[in-house]
Amino acid sequence: MIAEFGLAALWLAAALSLLQLLLTLVPALRDQAEPRTVASIAVGQGLFTLAAFGALIAVFLRTDTSVLLVAENSHSAKPWIYKFAGAWGNHEGSMLMWVTILTVAGAAVALLERRLPRDTLNAALGSQAALALGFFAFLLFASNPFARLYPAPPDGQGLNPLLQDPGLAFHPPTLYLGYVGLSVAFSLAVGALLTREVGPALARAMRPWVLGAWVLLTLGITAGSYWAYYELGWGGFWFWDPVENASLMPWLAATALLHSVNVLSARGGLRAWTIMLALIAFSMSMVGTFLVRSGILTSVHSFAVDPRRGTFILALLALYVGGALSLFAARIGTVREGARFDVVSREGALVMNNLLLATILGTVFVGTLYPLMAEAATGEKMSVGPPYFNAVAGPLTLLLGLLLFVGPLLNWRRDRRPLLRRAALPLSVALAALLVSFISVPAMSWLARLGLAVAAGLVPASLMPLVGRNLLRTPLATWGMVVAHLGIAVALAGMAFDTAFTKETLAAVRVGETRQVGPWAVRLAGVRPIAGKNFTALEARLEAFRGGSSLVLTPESRFFTTPFTETNETAIRTRLDGQLYTVLGKTDEEGRWQLRLWWKPMVTLIWLGGALIAFGGILALLGREWRSWWRKRRTAW
Amino acid sequence: MAAPKQQRLALTLAAVVALIGAALLAMWGLRDRAAYFYVPADIAAGKAVPNKAMRLGGMVQKGSLRRAADGVTVNFRVTDGPASVPVTFRGILPDLFREGSGVVAEGQMTAAGVFIASNILAKHDERYMPPQMGNIAAEKQTRKTVE
Repeated sequence: MIAEFGLAALWLAAALSLLQLLLTLVPALRDQAEPRTVASIAVGQGLFTLAAFGALIAVFLRTDTSVLLVAENSHSAKPWIYKFAGAWGNHEGSMLMWVTILTVAGAAVALLERRLPRDTLNAALGSQAALALGFFAFLLFASNPFARLYPAPPDGQGLNPLLQDPGLAFHPPTLYLGYVGLSVAFSLAVGALLTREVGPALARAMRPWVLGAWVLLTLGITAGSYWAYYELGWGGFWFWDPVENASLMPWLAATALLHSVNVLSARGGLRAWTIMLALIAFSMSMVGTFLVRSGILTSVHSFAVDPRRGTFILALLALYVGGALSLFAARIGTVREGARFDVVSREGALVMNNLLLATILGTVFVGTLYPLMAEAATGEKMSVGPPYFNAVAGPLTLLLGLLLFVGPLLNWRRDRRPLLRRAALPLSVALAALLVSFISVPAMSWLARLGLAVAAGLVPASLMPLVGRNLLRTPLATWGMVVAHLGIAVALAGMAFDTAFTKETLAAVRVGETRQVGPWAVRLAGVRPIAGKNFTALEARLEAFRGGSSLVLTPESRFFTTPFTETNETAIRTRLDGQLYTVLGKTDEEGRWQLRLWWKPMVTLIWLGGALIAFGGILALLGREWRSWWRKRRTAW
Repeated sequence: MAAPKQQRLALTLAAVVALIGAALLAMWGLRDRAAYFYVPADIAAGKAVPNKAMRLGGMVQKGSLRRAADGVTVNFRVTDGPASVPVTFRGILPDLFREGSGVVAEGQMTAAGVFIASNILAKHDERYMPPQMGNIAAEKQTRKTVE
């Protein structure tokens, strides 16, 4: 029953989104529709989709194996939290979650947005309905999550044990919220193009959505990076895997958009550019979805190859992106001129920031899609990996860091003060760091060395906007900027440290033997079998010594039966100056155990930096919303 | 301060330059950093250039897995049916690595015809298979039916 209820709710929501599309975009109907009608349709659509998603979670929690999706992806012996997360740990469920967030965001826009002219808002809601309709069609015709299975098997096939991890259970929702938050920016841009109302009011309506989406994307990417780091046992923090790139590309576009939206709302400049970025940012979310869901690229993440679904998403992608870009081309000439500014000004720095981000985005995009294009063109199978991405994106990122030495300190419109003197402090700190690195560590890669120097210079550079201010009266938004930029310095330092100073030991070790990794002596004290809830495992006991301090680590090898899989559970211990990372491998005939040991100095800075960046975004979001709320209250009195 | 029209033109030009720059940079980067994917038959046909990054895909040949005395180096052969290539890998094999199962190795060929793998990707789960391996799986299926 629950499954049929969910399917019915999905059909109703789809019907409502069709109605909303007609009411907002067909001129004859649009002029008759009451504003309340459109808003209530948007809210109803959100509620029905939410109900459908709730029904899917319910069948997963009950492990109703007569639903095909549950039978394929769940098992009654699984901890309940993974049954819950299992609802979106698969293709159909994750697409339903995507459309749920999309329609709920649409409902929120309809209810909350007061700053925009009504026509623009209605046109934006029409665009949001068009987006939702495509995904409803996709769910209902190509991947019905509620399809039944007869006869029902007694138990499901289980969830891939790699996915049985709290981090991963909540990682996709965070990313999806981010992706779909960008859909609102997209729809607002389409609405503004349709009504030719591109201006500061649009930017102010767009900004909280862009900021919110960007914060969630930042958190999602940071969490995903840490998950890959500790769960996969490869010891790296970024693999340039197509699926990782699928989340990085919208983030790069959203970062550029975030900065250009500020120019538009504060100064009325960069109008066409901001609209373009809003369209591109959500297009990148769609490209990401296409790459992940079609399984078209070789990736450790991809799901089963299903050409029909891939084609469907590709068609949607072409329709939406093509439609939006054609609209952009047709209408952009009528958008009014933005305010003027000098090259050396806050606006000028933000344009540079945008150009650099766009260039990075372009190179990542080309690298990610190149294997597809090459195979289509020449039939050769290719892969593009870290050597390419590090070589092209690394230097550009460092340039972006250098831009931060002066950008935040420049005045709007024009800045006549000498540039070099403004950047003197960060530049000298960076040069000093470079000098120290040459003296103390002669052998180090250029990318790591420069990364370290730029990170060092970024610390004073990001704090400088606070100099000479009353810290208590500094707006939260400024604090947000300072914290986010500081986060970049911290993350960059972590990456440079990890690249330059990681020590690795790989060895086959008998019980009782000791191996050295960096400053640590690690002794294999024993290996014992243990039993978990739905797996059995071998657990090694490692004793690590350094100076007077000692640690115990227990990496495991786990064996799951449904489905039959082995996984490695790494054991990681964090110290102030770094992480000791251990992996247990296989045993051999002579009774030796493979051990992989890493000492990674300062590696936690990478994710700490990511968290700081997101926290800065939250501060900026709170600051702005708080201020507008406060202003409203004051005028109401 | 420039006239509005000129400013718009300058911005558009800057964007175009950035776009072309990105494309050129990407092309330069891809020229010697994109890794070709080969199956053993390609290598037998002499397609692989020694000491250049590439990926090798196929099945781990049954009975070919040997562990070296140091306990962390493994040697095995990757086969696609007609041809096979010896592979050396130093490290912990992925969990799903086993004889007779699909594998993609990243690394390079030596002039002596041994593939030195820096990274091994095994089949991820029951349903996952790199698309590049689809043909090999089909071949395996045919072999099974013949037997």
